[in-house]
Amino acid sequence: MAKVNKALFWSLFAAGGTLTAFVFPVLALITLFAAHGNTPEIMGFEQMQGLLANWFGKLAAFGTVSLALWHAAHRLRTALYGLGLRADGIVSVVGYGIALVGTILSAYYLVQI
Amino acid sequence: MSEVQLELEILRYDPEKDQEPHFKTYQVACREEWMILDAVNHVKDEVDTTLSYRWSCHMAVCGSCGMMIDGQPKLACKAAVKDYADKKVRIEPLANFPIERDLVVVQDDFMEKLKRVKPYIIRKEEKPIEEGEYKQSPADLKRFKQFTLCINCLCCYAACPEYALTPEFVGPAALALAHRYNADSRDQGLAERHKEISKPEGVWDCSFTDTCSIACPKHVDPASALQQLKITTTVQWYKELIGMGDK
Ligand code: SF4
Ligand code: SF4
Ligand code: FES
Repeated sequence: MAKVNKALFWSLFAAGGTLTAFVFPVLALITLFAAHGNTPEIMGFEQMQGLLANWFGKLAAFGTVSLALWHAAHRLRTALYGLGLRADGIVSVVGYGIALVGTILSAYYLVQI
Repeated sequence: MSEVQLELEILRYDPEKDQEPHFKTYQVACREEWMILDAVNHVKDEVDTTLSYRWSCHMAVCGSCGMMIDGQPKLACKAAVKDYADKKVRIEPLANFPIERDLVVVQDDFMEKLKRVKPYIIRKEEKPIEEGEYKQSPADLKRFKQFTLCINCLCCYAACPEYALTPEFVGPAALALAHRYNADSRDQGLAERHKEISKPEGVWDCSFTDTCSIACPKHVDPASALQQLKITTTVQWYKELIGMGDK
């Protein structure tokens, strides 16, 4: 990893960590309700679509999805290294690669709504 | 007077004689109020004068008696024998450092890293004496005071899993001291220290396991210093990127 990138990846990791710590427990709970078919009306398909139709909603969703991906990629990388897997190069490329693709895709789909 | 019976298993290594480090067992009848250091001193004074280890103050100030006690990095002068009563206790040199002899470790790596982070106040220009002292408010002092309490005992390095994995990692105590000066309102050396700290082996290897802070006998909380340092370093990196970094 080039030295310049460390601060960049760490900042995405830190921002993602802070965000997910607050947002993900709620999201997990909502998903659990939804999985049991108890979606509250306010969270119905049309309502969600309406939320993501405005730019603030898009930005919030984009930030949540992409930062969570960067966070996970970096966490996975340090965890695998800590567990003794000495393939930091490949792990970084794959992990950060998935995060990058996810970031681009989430932007692409959000813009379509 | 009540006694505490300890079975000390002390790691011995004489590079001139021994192929490998090995353990030797000593039975020590300790006085109840003794610290582990007293027990080790007893072995040296009464049983085997060749036993080598560092110590000086016997009051958790000099930082020289750090060793692994029952697998944990501790100051021998702060670990009460009562807590190990009637047990077999392993005494080893601090983990993650090469052994010089018996319980003495080679500290060169830390000394070199300490130098690299420039742990002293850096001014671009000293103000003339006539202008008086550099004033600090209690709030200014609070930002770094805790990090001045480090006694360089290296317990945190022995506790740090990342230092064990990556010996190039600058590590908790040196980085905590770098942060101590960065956070000092009289200091202007952030950009200079940044060059070292932002390197891959600088602050980034820390995975915030917090074990350094748990091990620290002086409650310096190096892990917290490192987290703050990561933020400062990231901010400086972004600022440099747009040409607005501290100079
Ligand atoms: S918090 Fe960082 S410096 Fe402290 S023990 Fe963990 S990895 Fe090492
Ligand atoms: S930070 Fe704590 S454990 Fe580390 S060297 Fe300083 S006093 Fe010792
Ligand atoms: S002898 Fe000085 S810190 Fe233990």
